[in-house]
Amino acid sequence: MRDSLSTTAARPGPLDDSEVDAPAYELALFRRAQQGDLAAFEALVDRFQSRVYGLARRILGQAQDAEDVTQQTFLSLIEHIDQFRGDSAIATWVLRIATNHALKVLRKRRGLPTVALEPGPDHEDSYASLPHPEFIAQWRDNPANLAEKAELRQLLDGAVAELDEKYRLVFLLRDVEGLSIRETAEALGLTEANTKVRLLRARLQLREQLTRVLGDEATRVFPDHDHH
Amino acid sequence: MTCEELLKALNDYIDDESVLAIWQDFAEHLAGCNPCQVVVDNIRKTIQLYKAGEPYPMPPEFQAQFRAALRAKWKQKFPHAQV
Repeated sequence: MRDSLSTTAARPGPLDDSEVDAPAYELALFRRAQQGDLAAFEALVDRFQSRVYGLARRILGQAQDAEDVTQQTFLSLIEHIDQFRGDSAIATWVLRIATNHALKVLRKRRGLPTVALEPGPDHEDSYASLPHPEFIAQWRDNPANLAEKAELRQLLDGAVAELDEKYRLVFLLRDVEGLSIRETAEALGLTEANTKVRLLRARLQLREQLTRVLGDEATRVFPDHDHH
Repeated sequence: MTCEELLKALNDYIDDESVLAIWQDFAEHLAGCNPCQVVVDNIRKTIQLYKAGEPYPMPPEFQAQFRAALRAKWKQKFPHAQV
């Protein structure tokens, strides 16, 4: 096992997610890093830096702050390397640290002591008055074919950027980064119930925006209002 | 179940069909409501697209400074480590 983990700082670990259990591999790297093994730590940085930078970039909307958050995240990881409790995957822990740093930036931008993640007006954190789907149509192409197109990336990033911040944060952590509802709620200091409502609102809004671009007008259907 | 009620239960359906306590009602509504079928399909595809997205590329010019900062911090944390 130890041999398989001997990696250099200049390249990612020799194994990838398709070959090993990624969380177990990352935990093994982390345990080595805790003993002062820089190469193991840098292998972890190789694995997570793009996710951390991407998450920060999408939360904060610009590159400079995302760079700062990325750097702060890994500096914090070193500082607190002996404090990992092992109650989550390393990836989840790293993303939570990154989220904390991104929230600090949002807070600083507003000049407020706390970021406005506490429950908003009642209607925003409940299932009451959910926005109803308006443009309902099958998509013209399937996501696998679309995923390589540069304009698609612009569309996706643009749609996420237009989400209200409280919905964007939940969507990024849950649906882009793959945290569970519980982990997302904990990272953002929300209840699971609020997290679920915000996630639904984010998904509905993104669906609406993407379908207006990707939807095939010929297949458009209209809600049967007698059905409501 | 109405379209409105289906909308409220959508997360549980998308995330884990097996935990949906009102699965029978949901399935019955979905089977008979084409707009809701399309909305569910759209949302699944929306999530797939975001999950499949390429990571944001980190600016190459940032990389060297970033790694140097980490090594400096590492040296402080582990003064006896070889950097």
